[in-house]
Amino acid sequence: MSPAELLVVDDLSVTYALPRGRQLIAVANVSFTVHKGETLGLVGESGCGKSTISRAIMQLPPPTGGAVVFEGRNLAHLDTAALRRARTRLHMIFQDPISSLNPHRKVRDIVAEPLAIAGMGDAEDRKRRVRAALENVGLDPDQVMDRRPHEFSGGQCQRIAIARALVTEPQLVICDEPVSALDVSVRAQILNFLEDMKAHYHLTLLFISHDLAVVKNISDRVAVMYLGRLCELAPSARLYEAPLHPYTAALMAAIPVMDPDRCRSPSHLLAGELPSPMNPPSGCRFRTRCPRATPHCAAHEPEWRETEAGHFVACHFPLVAPQGATISPARQP
Amino acid sequence: MMDAGLPLLEVTDLATHFHTQRGLLRAVDGVSFSVRRGQTLGIVGESGSGKSALARTIIRILSKRHTTTTGRITFEGRDLLTVSEPDMRDIRGRDIAMVFQDPTSSLNPVKQVGVQIEEVLARHLGLRGRAAQTRAIELLTSVGMPLPQERLHQYPHQLSGGMRQRVAIAIALACEPKLLIADEPTTALDVTIQAQILDLLHRRQKAHHMAMILISHDLGVVAGYTDTVAVMYAGQIVEQASTRSLFRNCRMPYTAALMRSAPNLSDPPHTRLRAITGRPPDMVLPPPGCRFEPRCDDATDICRNRRPALSASDADGTHRYACWHPVASPGASA
Repeated sequence: MSPAELLVVDDLSVTYALPRGRQLIAVANVSFTVHKGETLGLVGESGCGKSTISRAIMQLPPPTGGAVVFEGRNLAHLDTAALRRARTRLHMIFQDPISSLNPHRKVRDIVAEPLAIAGMGDAEDRKRRVRAALENVGLDPDQVMDRRPHEFSGGQCQRIAIARALVTEPQLVICDEPVSALDVSVRAQILNFLEDMKAHYHLTLLFISHDLAVVKNISDRVAVMYLGRLCELAPSARLYEAPLHPYTAALMAAIPVMDPDRCRSPSHLLAGELPSPMNPPSGCRFRTRCPRATPHCAAHEPEWRETEAGHFVACHFPLVAPQGATISPARQP
Repeated sequence: MMDAGLPLLEVTDLATHFHTQRGLLRAVDGVSFSVRRGQTLGIVGESGSGKSALARTIIRILSKRHTTTTGRITFEGRDLLTVSEPDMRDIRGRDIAMVFQDPTSSLNPVKQVGVQIEEVLARHLGLRGRAAQTRAIELLTSVGMPLPQERLHQYPHQLSGGMRQRVAIAIALACEPKLLIADEPTTALDVTIQAQILDLLHRRQKAHHMAMILISHDLGVVAGYTDTVAVMYAGQIVEQASTRSLFRNCRMPYTAALMRSAPNLSDPPHTRLRAITGRPPDMVLPPPGCRFEPRCDDATDICRNRRPALSASDADGTHRYACWHPVASPGASA
């Protein structure tokens, strides 16, 4: 593992046992790497397993298969004390800022809690860190420390949640739909702010969202998930410019754009619904909704392969990149 | 087109005020607009802008005890604010139907899907038994429900979110209403399902020459599926125009800011978003002048003191905005 690889998710699977001996495979054989300093976006529709992955990385609960290697150590092999220490360097922000904050506690205690759990610093030191974290998220510590979450708006609560995530100065922050519950105008504030925090704290982000436009904006690389599996992973600009997986293309075509003249052809619409993860289709899981599917797709599961440097896809019949696109360098810093 | 001159629905100076412990909350505060047969009006706004309160006022489902409504809602020549409750019950569901954001809470969890559709058919059309069941299957088929016959005997919890919304739409369309009010019909759904549902509403609307009010916080949704748009902010309409004119040539700084603040797919990664600072005003104590003034970059003294009226900007008077310092019109040179 190179020092640039902060988090390696290797062949991760999460299986839930159901009554009558059945199994729900929420995440199946997912592998990806998050490099130090980058933002990796993870997109997919509800039920595709993206939140399950984030929880499995946090070992809440540990995955049923595969490994999560953070800073060179397999988190599943750590004892409770060591895992606690690791968690100060690995934090999480949730979708609903209001329910992720304890309504009975004051902001000062909410933000200080990770420090208390990790046993970091003395009382004075903790207070100083809490103040600094609140200041960094744009809140006045003197005004907010003794108030409770219900006194704040959704956007402010998300800032408090971010302050709590940053107070231990973590390396990696997993953001699980952090702006989905916010209004458009507030969403932009928080997204800009996450970029600022990333620069300020030298963070690495795993950014999970169903919103492709948001993910493209914030991510260096993007992974697309469908029904518990990865279908494509590529540098952000590249993925949006020349998607290879039909699912990625369909997701993009479904994004409503602010242009009344853009033609909406029903042929772009993806038919049908997400199949049940309890009874996933054989072969390629997307084949039941895929316009390009053939009998081959039902019989064989597509392999995860790299079609060009950094662009991975799992599809038997990937979309052909537009002419010349394969040789032009990806617009990627 | 049937009586193209007369709007189907005309809302005039409508205000809905909620009685709260803190005082009167002006959820809808002097709103006027009209919708013609076969047309779709989009209403855009952030949460708390009053768009849902407006929809609920039109079909009169707000508690009378806790709200005061003034103004006029003329539907086919009748003022909905003065018709009797039994008459309103006939209009609701038959002439005006509504689809809500969350199909889980708008459907009855303990009744089978078929029963819920047949109830509407019996109440408004007098259809019962076999005839009602046949019609229910037709309706489910028309909203793209897979295996409609089997769905009749299922309960809402046995369906996915998208399918539940299809059932809610089937119920709303059961009596072929003249006006459908869809309040964030796809916000709770995934993007691929959202596209299916919006497309379905659009096709059904065209097929039945139905008028529609499509309420959404998403400018992209509104751009693709409406003829005209009204932008709401803090209980008022701040800009109103044909959809093309609004997106090509918006004049109100709030509309412009809303359009800029959303991430654009054509921008490269890490493009800085132009966020709107602050947040919407407290509707119990709204600012005396323009309500967007505290967040507006172009605000001056007049904005703080005097409320701008909704005035026309173009020759035929269809593009209207409420602003003292409108955004320059790029369309003037085009």
